[in-house]
Parts: sequence; structure tokens; C-alpha cells
Amino acid sequence: MADNQQFDNILYRKLGKVIEEKKGLKNPLIEILHSAQKIFGFLPEEVLNYISEKLDLPLSKLYGVITFYSKFSCQPHGKYLINICTGTSCYFGGSQQLIGRLEKELGIKLGETTANGLFTLSSLRCLGVCSQSPALVINNDTYGCVDSIEKIREIISRYKL
Amino acid sequence: MSDKISDILICFCPDCVSRGAGKIKELFQTSLIKHNLSNDVNIIETGCMGTCDLGPVLTIYPEGYVYIKIKPEDVEELVTEHFLNNRPVSRLMLPDTFGKSLIKKIDIPFHRKQMKVIMENCGVIDPGNIEEYFATGGYETLAKILLEKSPEELIETLKRSGLRDREGGGFPSWQKWQYVLEAQDDPKYIIVNAEEGDPGVFISRALLESDPHRILEGMITAAFAIGAVQGYIYCRNEYPLAIIRIKRAVEQAREYGMIGENIFNSGFSFDVEIRRGAGSFVAGEETAVISVIEGLRGEPISKPEFPATSGLWKKPTLIHNVETIANLTTIFSKGASWFSSLGTNSSKGTKIFALSGAIRNQGLIEVPFGITLRELVYDFGGGMKPGKNFLAVQLGGPSGGCFTSQHFDIKIDYEFLQEQGITLGSGGVIVLDDSSCLVDLARYFLEFTVTESCGKCLPCRVGLRKMLEILNRITNGEGELEDLNRLESLGSKIKALSLCNFG
Repeated sequence: MADNQQFDNILYRKLGKVIEEKKGLKNPLIEILHSAQKIFGFLPEEVLNYISEKLDLPLSKLYGVITFYSKFSCQPHGKYLINICTGTSCYFGGSQQLIGRLEKELGIKLGETTANGLFTLSSLRCLGVCSQSPALVINNDTYGCVDSIEKIREIISRYKL
Repeated sequence: MSDKISDILICFCPDCVSRGAGKIKELFQTSLIKHNLSNDVNIIETGCMGTCDLGPVLTIYPEGYVYIKIKPEDVEELVTEHFLNNRPVSRLMLPDTFGKSLIKKIDIPFHRKQMKVIMENCGVIDPGNIEEYFATGGYETLAKILLEKSPEELIETLKRSGLRDREGGGFPSWQKWQYVLEAQDDPKYIIVNAEEGDPGVFISRALLESDPHRILEGMITAAFAIGAVQGYIYCRNEYPLAIIRIKRAVEQAREYGMIGENIFNSGFSFDVEIRRGAGSFVAGEETAVISVIEGLRGEPISKPEFPATSGLWKKPTLIHNVETIANLTTIFSKGASWFSSLGTNSSKGTKIFALSGAIRNQGLIEVPFGITLRELVYDFGGGMKPGKNFLAVQLGGPSGGCFTSQHFDIKIDYEFLQEQGITLGSGGVIVLDDSSCLVDLARYFLEFTVTESCGKCLPCRVGLRKMLEILNRITNGEGELEDLNRLESLGSKIKALSLCNFG
């Protein structure tokens, strides 16, 4: 527990530094939320309280912004976030089938996290690699033409606890 | 280009990278060292070469040979054959289509038929190196403008060029400049919007990644013309590489004095900041992008308060998308009459289209306005993929429309699209084969607009959902005739009663 506390302190110091750096910019809220999500992995309530105090903004305003943008999450996600592209080209290139296959393979539904905390399944609108439909991105790695169960298994097997 | 004997240009766009370009580059480095060639051969990372379905792609200069679909095991052969034995490897080139076995970039019809004006540097220069941009004449036009031209002269030139915004209905760009210049308020701002606004397009991404200094030069020019002191580049968070490249370009430009105080000793000062999105397509809309930069929910603002008079922080603001900005330096260096000689009566210059779907060649092309759908699908797209039959072309994303083969020979420009009651969006061309269903396409776009609608206007928030319910019924085979009237009536009401084009 003490270790956790210490770890948290480091993260908060990191966030505090970012806020100090960006405070001078005009309306830096979205930039700061990006940094906070990067540092903590998601946006827990305590972190939002902290930001709201530091920026002197009401919590309601923060929630208003967070719920508007699909990128921000108040829920923790797995170690690896699988985002399936549902842009037009991918939709017609089989993204629905890809989602179904991944759900079956991982045993979870879209939006859920595997029991071991390894993968979260999610979707987004257009990665901009439209020539490789259907595409997905795992954390920062993009994979195109994921059109067979073998390919899905091969990609998934690269990511371990 | 470098002073070494050969240059390997390797396409480092996200598409090629996801196909393994990074690994290929590493292998080349190792192999060149092994064969004692690293002093003679330079490896350069470039932006998008346009032929996205052929990646990873290399162009090797001085010859200009293009190697495609390179696999890790091909690298050793390329180094020994191409560089040591001076024997280009035809096996790794595009298959012979016109009696040639060695294919250079200019031989490839996909490239040869294009007219690359704003994409001239894409896939040719190293976007991370400002000196390569200098070598193409970069920032010379800006220097001339800042030292010799007045804002009025610039607006006059832009007016004569006929440039229209490369988004939506194509508003005349010069008029926006005029409004902001005339606005009696300070300070003034400029926003370059890299949100594409429709899914299936990656034009802004490719331009920012491949030639970021062109965007900066155009942006500084426009800022000077309207008297802006501060600029913002808004980029989608889904484009991490574009953000890295444009940030780096801003740093370099600042170092060399193109951004900052008293640029080129002209007395003009200007600064640029990059702002990231967080996953919202409505930010493609002009007034919504203002809200995003202000750190708010990305909701459009009610007109008639135009951004030109009351934009960012209620100050006069000029907003262009990336492709519009990319045209500026070319117009001011080559002249208005050169630019207006391209295209059609209503639409001057070139347009970038993003080709994808059931066609052989996918990627980005740049052509003068007035191109036909037939040329897009067959000349550039290379025709349908084997075994696929043409059904329709979807042009312009959610606010665009579908065309069947009966429209194959109509020249595409703003006028034609306006007659059809649709907009060009950002230039997405998605070719559908007959396994797709047009009602399903409509359902897809509705679902897209339902989830991306910012929710500010009730007709858009609730009305689109109702339309989606009806379409879901129809695609499930439970539709009734009255549904068609319901859809039409809802559609026209939503359009009339919503603030922005999303509704």
C-alpha cells in the first residue's frame, strides 16, 4: 500500500509539472487532460479533482469536456487498448466482421476488458489508413488488412502480460 | 537529396510503417554498413508517396526506380544487386504493363497522369529537415511577400486566382481574408484545421506529415495578409505522426526566424501553437473547431456570428483547412493566372482525392478540377479489384452523395456538386462493389452522424436518431412505404433547423 502511495505521488508530481508548464497557454484544458490520461492511463475522479483545483475550474466543466470527446475515459482500460477503425472504407472492408471475430476470440464485448486486464476492445472513427481496410490499432501499433482469424490470432499473440 | 551517390527514399507514412517500413529501413542500414556502402548511399524518410496499397515503397535516386511491397528478405538482394552489381531488381517493381521491365516513378500511370502541385514534395523530401524544403525554394515566396507586398495586393491576387476553400461547398477563400482584414478588432487569429470532417479521408494527415513547412509557409502568408499575430494548427489526436512532424517543423521555423518576432526584418511578428483533438469529427465544422481550441466541448456556435468577425475568443479569425493553406505558396509564387488556368470555370486549381474501396489502386491523387468519375475509378483507381463489380462511388463523405455509372462522364467541380445538392466534403472517393448495399451505406453514415453529433441542436440530436431507427427497420426488411416520406420530411427539417452542416 505504501508503495502505491509513493507511486501515486510521483504521478501527481508529474501532472503538477505539466499543469505548471501549460497553465500559461490560453485554455489548455484539453492538452492537460491528454497529459493526465497519458500519465494515469485514465481519468479517475481524484485526478479530476486535482486538475479542477489547480486550474480553478468547476468539476462540472471538466466532465462536460471529458464526456464530449471519445478519447477521454474515466474508466481504466487494459494494458493494451485495441481500437478497431470504423471509418467508411473499413466499414465496407469488413470492420463489423473484425469486431465480431475479436469479441469471440477475446471473449468480451466492445467496450469491455479481458479478465486478466490485458486487452480492452474499443472502436474509433478513421485511422486514415483507408487502403488497408479493415484496420485496427493496438496502443500505438497500426495493423491493416486484418481480414482473417489467423491474422487476428497472430497479432494478438504478440501482446503479453 | 544529399551529396552522396545514391538516395534511398523510403515512404514513412503510417500506412507504409504499419506494413513494416521501419524494419526495412533498419535492415538497409545494417546491410549498407556490411557492404561498406554507407558513405555512398543515403537513406531518407519521406512522407506519403501516394501509392498506399503498394507499401512499403522505396524510390531510389538518381535513377528514380520504384520498388514496391518490400519484404525484409528482399533488402539484402536489393543492396547487392542494385548498388553493388548495378542491376536493378525488376522482380520488386510494378509488374510490366507496357513493355518495360524496369519501372521508374514517371512510368507509373498512377503518378504520370497526376498533376502534383501541392503534393509536389510529398514522398520526395524529408519532412523532418527544413533544409530540404529550402532546397525546393521553400520560404522564398514568403520572404518576397513580407518585404514587398501589401495585404491588399495579396487579397487581389488570391481573388484573381479563383481559389475556393477545399472543404464543404468551396467558399471563395479571398472573401474570408477580406472580411477578417476589414474586421475592426484586435488581435486577429488564424486557424489551420486538420480535422478531415469525413471518415475515409486522410488528405490533411498526408500533407502535414509529408510537407509540413509548406503548410507553415502558407499559414504565415495568410496571417500576414489578414494581420493575425497568433495561429493555431488543430490536428486530430488519431494522427500522432502528423503532430510530431508539424511540431518539429514549427521548432525549426522558429529557429530560422520564420516564426517569431520581426520575421525577415519585415516588422511582422507571428507565432504558432499546435492543439490536439480528442476524438470528435464535428470539429471539421468551422465554429466547432473554435470551441475545441478554447478547451470547450466541440459544439458549433450559432451564426450569423461569423468567425471572420467573432471567432476564437470572440476575435476575428480566419479558418482554412490544410489543403486550402497548401495552395497559397504556389499561387503567390506562380501567379494567379497560372493557377486559374487549371480546372474548370467554377473551380480553379487542383484537388486531392483519397481513393479507397473495391478498386485496385488506393491512395492519394492530385488532379485539376474537372476530372470525371470514370477517370477516378479506371485511370487512377486501376479499375475494380478482380472479381468485383462496380456498384457506385461515394463522394464527399456523410454530406456527399453516391453516383452510379450513369454519372461516369460528368466533370467533377463545385458547380456540378452544388447542382446535385451535395458537397465535396474533403475529397473522399470510396468505390463500392455490388456486395455492398446503398441503404446500408446510408444507414452507416446516419449512424456516424448520430454518434458524432455534438448534441447541441435538438433536430440533429433526436431527428437523426429517428431516421436511423427507420433505416434500421428498412435494412432488417421491415420497412413500409410511408417510411420513405418520413425520411424525406425528417431530413429536410433537420437540415433547415440545425446550426452546422452536420445536421
